[in-house]
Amino acid sequence: MDISLQQVSYAYAKDTPFEKRALYDVDLLIPSGSYQAIIGHTGSGKSTVLQHLNALLKPTEGVIRIGSTEVVADKKNKKLREIRQKVGIVFQFPEHQLFDETVLKDIMFGPMNFGVPEEEARQRAIELVKLLGLPDEVMEKSPFDLSGGQMRRVAIAGVLAMNPEVLVLDEPTAGLDPRGRKEIMELFKRLHEEKGLTTVLVTHSMEDAARYADRIALMHNGKCVLQGIPQDIFSDEDRLMDYRLELPQSIKFQKKIEEMIGEKLPTLCLTEEVLAEELARLMKKEREI
Amino acid sequence: MKREIISLQEVTFTYTEEDPSIRPAIQNVSYTINEGEWVAIVGHNGSGKSTLARLMNGLLFPQTGTVQIFGEPLNEHNLWDTRSKMGMVFQNPDNQFVGATVQDDVAFALENNGIPFEEMVERVQASLVKVKMSDFMNSEPHHLSGGQKQRVAIAGAIALQPRILLLDEATSMLDPQGRDEVLQTVRQLRVETDLTVISITHDLEEALLADRVVVMNRGEKYAEGTPKEIFERGQELIDLGLDLPFAMNMSRLLRAQGVPIVADHMSEEELVNDLWTSHFNK
Repeated sequence: MDISLQQVSYAYAKDTPFEKRALYDVDLLIPSGSYQAIIGHTGSGKSTVLQHLNALLKPTEGVIRIGSTEVVADKKNKKLREIRQKVGIVFQFPEHQLFDETVLKDIMFGPMNFGVPEEEARQRAIELVKLLGLPDEVMEKSPFDLSGGQMRRVAIAGVLAMNPEVLVLDEPTAGLDPRGRKEIMELFKRLHEEKGLTTVLVTHSMEDAARYADRIALMHNGKCVLQGIPQDIFSDEDRLMDYRLELPQSIKFQKKIEEMIGEKLPTLCLTEEVLAEELARLMKKEREI
Repeated sequence: MKREIISLQEVTFTYTEEDPSIRPAIQNVSYTINEGEWVAIVGHNGSGKSTLARLMNGLLFPQTGTVQIFGEPLNEHNLWDTRSKMGMVFQNPDNQFVGATVQDDVAFALENNGIPFEEMVERVQASLVKVKMSDFMNSEPHHLSGGQKQRVAIAGAIALQPRILLLDEATSMLDPQGRDEVLQTVRQLRVETDLTVISITHDLEEALLADRVVVMNRGEKYAEGTPKEIFERGQELIDLGLDLPFAMNMSRLLRAQGVPIVADHMSEEELVNDLWTSHFNK
């Protein structure tokens, strides 16, 4: 399911003295099956874009197409329900939305609310608990008795239980320790691949955007100023600095080395692993000469 | 010799006193923090870091052991006085906003403490300048993004001119540049004042800035030392759910690729130098 934003503008509290423009003429195409990262400094409009992706916010100007559905300003849309089922959003600190008595009931709530029969909802919940690497015995526990990392997994399971085609993630690793962060990001990568999802990742982490995304959109002052593959986005450090962002650590380090040896590596290394490989290859070549 | 400002002695705390089968959140933890020091407390989720924060400002009291602040055991009588000297900044600034505008919010605690109006205006201004939020004086807090809010929360804490600033994962929701700004602000504050900083964090770059690091694991103190001493433990830290600084990871990855790196380098400069002298400069 493609999602496209065409000339989308948004103002909070429109037509009141408190009106505040958050988005200006945003054009963004997220093709079906892609892993799209949205980066930008705090206050750049990332989270406002995100809320448009399942029509929690409607544009004040412009058009959003979510699959075959069009969302425009000032028009009631009967298909919102369907959109919200197909586009699952994992908000920041999703564990704050847990509420039910048991993990099982909490995960089942979403699908049952959308008319999925109880037995099927239960099956989905059981599968998801397994898929997310949670131990079976959490099923009948209160979600509030779990650790922070487990609570977050349960909350994510609650979103996945809707069988979304598009998974939108707003800083999904905020507050997790380094291991938890890595596990969650690897989990989303696996889901993206195995379930053929379209994944949209809103993140502050240039490292995560470089490692996981196949396309990146850069937001700045409410505008989408740059779109492309990671190699392009991270090719120009000065440009990124203008947008108050930095290069991923691996590329920063690559530049230091290139400066030192007066030679460029054949590719922009988006991860530390690739950089280590490229450096090892280069050194081997030097030795042979 | 610096004066002790906080000291924990054999502190044990459990949230579930009625059920002794549940592991205490904090078990027999002792450490001392000196005036003017920057101490980072690191550990995996659930290791007890935030419980320590609450024990240090008297939101919780230990079942056994003592917490001493400014040389006195923390108790219900000196609690309020102690708190007025300790600025707290939490992970999620939404939970600590009270003012209708940014400047009202920063002024709130000052007003509560009876600071004269003229001084209050000055302090609010100065604090907001320090966190680079002075352009937003009259904005409503809920219109700010997460990172901006956090900077305002820090302004609110430093406006009180506390002796201790306790950052409980305070930078974890900021973008890289916002985080650098906040850390730079904290560094600057320490140059200008004798502020003691305690940062509870997962962020290794933040831990590297500290004078000392306390590593928590499952409610117990696992290690304590300078950042260098701590990070030299390498794999142990990864096993605890933590990570290593970039240069150390890179050193390890290069070695795995067959590049003979002499050590796990803590800083990028060291690693670059190693690569230059032993591998390229021939």
